[in-house]
Amino acid sequence: MPQVVVDVVLKPEISDPQGQAVLGALGRLGHTQVTGVRQGKHFVLDVEGTPSREELEQIAETLLANPVIEDVELHLPEA
Amino acid sequence: MRIGVITFPGSLDDVDAARAVRLAGAEPVALWHADHDLRDVDAVVLPGGFSYGDYLRAGAIAARAPLMQDVVDRARQGMPVLGICNGFQVLCEAGLLPGALTRNSHLHFRNRDQRLRIERADTAWTSAYTSGQEIVVPVKNGEGRYVAAPDELERLEGEGRVAVRYVGGNPNGSLRDVAGVTSEDGRVVGLMPHPEHAVEDLTGPSTDGLGFFTSVLKAVVAA
Repeated sequence: MPQVVVDVVLKPEISDPQGQAVLGALGRLGHTQVTGVRQGKHFVLDVEGTPSREELEQIAETLLANPVIEDVELHLPEA
Repeated sequence: MRIGVITFPGSLDDVDAARAVRLAGAEPVALWHADHDLRDVDAVVLPGGFSYGDYLRAGAIAARAPLMQDVVDRARQGMPVLGICNGFQVLCEAGLLPGALTRNSHLHFRNRDQRLRIERADTAWTSAYTSGQEIVVPVKNGEGRYVAAPDELERLEGEGRVAVRYVGGNPNGSLRDVAGVTSEDGRVVGLMPHPEHAVEDLTGPSTDGLGFFTSVLKAVVAA
């Protein structure tokens, strides 16, 4: 079954305290080359048939992400 | 005067909200999120809690409940709506209020009595107060940090849309100490602190919260 992947990340101007906590932990583990972490969400949708790009964008922007604070990236299956 | 209190799966403070409505002198009406029936109420309260376990984003799934379509439609016609804590998150997710509530900056759940300043005493839910009045009510949240894009925040401040502000310490890192905001017409108000937990001396740190529920009585009569 084809899959659509949707990645949701906080907009750059919205601070991400969870990402900062992960960054702090990485530093304590000695991974000092990592200088920034942004935490997001990754959705994998099983789809039947071929939903339109418009419909998938609507799904991503009206439910999976809150456009006030988050950006979405759609990864469509190979046609 | 009938004031509806919506119960979503995971709502916790619906009973306290109904009790506050009763103490204010109105009739609380239980509403169920999955119905398409507002039962002829004059105003609606969205209570605190953890609807859908805060899955996806706090308030996100509840905001798409069947009854919320009715709430949005009626709110756009001027019906007063108050969102408390999770209810505030639902109103932002439903697009009735601007901005969003995100994980507290310190990542801890914060639960304490909180001092607030009423910035707008001319909304449907705050007219019992005076502008600049300070009150104390409980605050309890893990995802209560109010955020909006910088230019959006500037616009909201310019329009006087910040209804309530934290004073004496910001419990969650909310931008500009925003504790609650109002819609443009002042009929829809959302705040993270819990006025419904401060309506009786026996159970609250004060009775300062009762004013939210008495305010709306006048707002409905005046409409």
